[in-house]
Amino acid sequence: MAESILEIKDLKIQFQNGKHIVQPIREVSFQIKAGQTVGIVGESGSGKSVTSLAVMGLLPDRISSIPSGEILFDGKELTKLKEKEWRKIRGNEISMIFQEPMTSLNPVFTIGQQLSEPLKRHRQLSNKEQKAAIIKVLKQVGIPRPEQIIHEYPHQLSGGMRQRVMISMALLCEPKLMIADEPTTALDVTIQAQILSLLKKITSKKDRSLMLITHDLGVVAEMCDWVVVMYAGVIVESAEVNELFDRPLHPYTRGLIQSLPSNNERKSKLYAIQGQVPKPEQVKQGCIFANRCPLAMEKCFQESPPAFQEDGHLSKCWLQSSDEGVVR
Amino acid sequence: MLDFIVKRFFQGILVVFLVLTAVFFLMRLSGDPTTLFLPQDASREQIEAFQHQMGLDRPLYVQYGEFMGNAVQGDFGESLRTQQDALQSVLDRLPATFQLAAAALILALVIAIPLGVLSAYYRNSIFDRVAVGLTVIGQAIPTFWMGLLLIFLFAAQLKILPSGGAGTPIHMILPMLTLAFYSTARFTRFTRSAMLDVLQQDFIRTAKASGTPTFPLIMKYALKNSLIPIITLVALDLGELLGGAVITEIVFSWPGVGRLIEQALMTRDFPVVLAGVFIIALIYTVINFLADVIYAYVNPQIRVK
Repeated sequence: MAESILEIKDLKIQFQNGKHIVQPIREVSFQIKAGQTVGIVGESGSGKSVTSLAVMGLLPDRISSIPSGEILFDGKELTKLKEKEWRKIRGNEISMIFQEPMTSLNPVFTIGQQLSEPLKRHRQLSNKEQKAAIIKVLKQVGIPRPEQIIHEYPHQLSGGMRQRVMISMALLCEPKLMIADEPTTALDVTIQAQILSLLKKITSKKDRSLMLITHDLGVVAEMCDWVVVMYAGVIVESAEVNELFDRPLHPYTRGLIQSLPSNNERKSKLYAIQGQVPKPEQVKQGCIFANRCPLAMEKCFQESPPAFQEDGHLSKCWLQSSDEGVVR
Repeated sequence: MLDFIVKRFFQGILVVFLVLTAVFFLMRLSGDPTTLFLPQDASREQIEAFQHQMGLDRPLYVQYGEFMGNAVQGDFGESLRTQQDALQSVLDRLPATFQLAAAALILALVIAIPLGVLSAYYRNSIFDRVAVGLTVIGQAIPTFWMGLLLIFLFAAQLKILPSGGAGTPIHMILPMLTLAFYSTARFTRFTRSAMLDVLQQDFIRTAKASGTPTFPLIMKYALKNSLIPIITLVALDLGELLGGAVITEIVFSWPGVGRLIEQALMTRDFPVVLAGVFIIALIYTVINFLADVIYAYVNPQIRVK
């Protein structure tokens, strides 16, 4: 098996505002192997984005802290890095594609000026070499007439084009790990498909790993090798992608899969998981999903389930405990 | 871009025209200068002779037509008081006003922009709170009071600076400080809030994610965005400063346009008032025009339209 490029161990993150403390990430462990695409799935508020920001060292520094846990990137522990060391990694070894292509580019600088930024910080290149590298990567992401585009401003490009520019920015320094935070959520459906196939093309090359954050299981099925399902700051299930869709173990994952509309059930009512993700401060004892779980038992409200593991397929649910008899 | 400039140019002419019209009629509403220029016991004949000589006995629309016809040629008539060319006497005062305004503006910008940026970056720190507190004071103290306080401290008590007049650079220090104080406070607040807004934008996170260090992140990527609202404010303030910081010029006996207009108003010296207003309107228009051009330079979204 390939080396793991990113390994997160028992990560906890907390935000503090005065005396008010919340823990958006309560316990997260997973790894991404070289060349792998790992999907992080969950509803809004499950902690997906916070996890990704922690990997980039972009958590709001004044209020957030990591009380315990490790983030190992290529064998290097990231949680204790100083800002200066972070800068050498960001945009260079780990890069990120954000959700909002419309607002993620600076409106008063040209595309070329913005794309030259990571090269300026991480590579010693002449202006000419910089320009050549930028044009090359713009071609790679399928932007027509890159020689002109570099002199244009973000508002002159469509959403899809801007997201391509964001992807090219993430690609520029050939990072080992790319993080895409809901890269297609803000785009039209037809453009979504284009961007996804572009991401797929990019990750199929070399040993490039991708951490894909999404709430769309369709995207996961299309793109990922491995899936991590998050709920209220905890990983509830994690498995190889086919295994997860064929044999979802956690009731939350099952709910998510059932919520997917499929083409041939037009008139039937869409399935929805009742209720909402609890806020971090609301989680008390027992299983975090118990209050929304259709299969919840008495035990679920009292004791938090440990991680049950079977051939790498992990699930945090009392249903997997052998005492309870396996219900599938 | 050329279209834009031509359009703004004609708009500017229209503005100056409208301002002159408004002031012309308002001035006539304020009363007749005859009573001020002639002694109390002047005879009916003397009054009529004076009014005839000044053209005040003709219908208002005729006076207006003649005034505009002459104004287009730069002729605003002679001062009723000094018999000098009205426009020329305003222009003579312009350099003093320019000097003071430029000095005050530069001082304000040099202090306010770094202060505002630092305040936003260290938001809610002690530094930020002190800076915000000072800006509130700066905006709350009326200019004339500030001027008097400075005179009291530096001229009356410490006796290190002159309390008024002009001539040497030293004379400029107190009026410059007085004017700059208010502008600095306004610019600082504006820079701070514009910066706070920009620092929360997604594109700042993007720049951070490419490994941009703090200094270029703030001074390049954030500041250029914050400048857009600041330019408007600077243009407005500069208009005010150049239009004659009337009160400051009076407090410090500074021989600028503001003081001239104030004196002319008191004596209903119509030609001088109108010439002065013409120059101020012109200055405002030119500054706004320049601000628009700078805007287009800073904000590409305006440039394209």
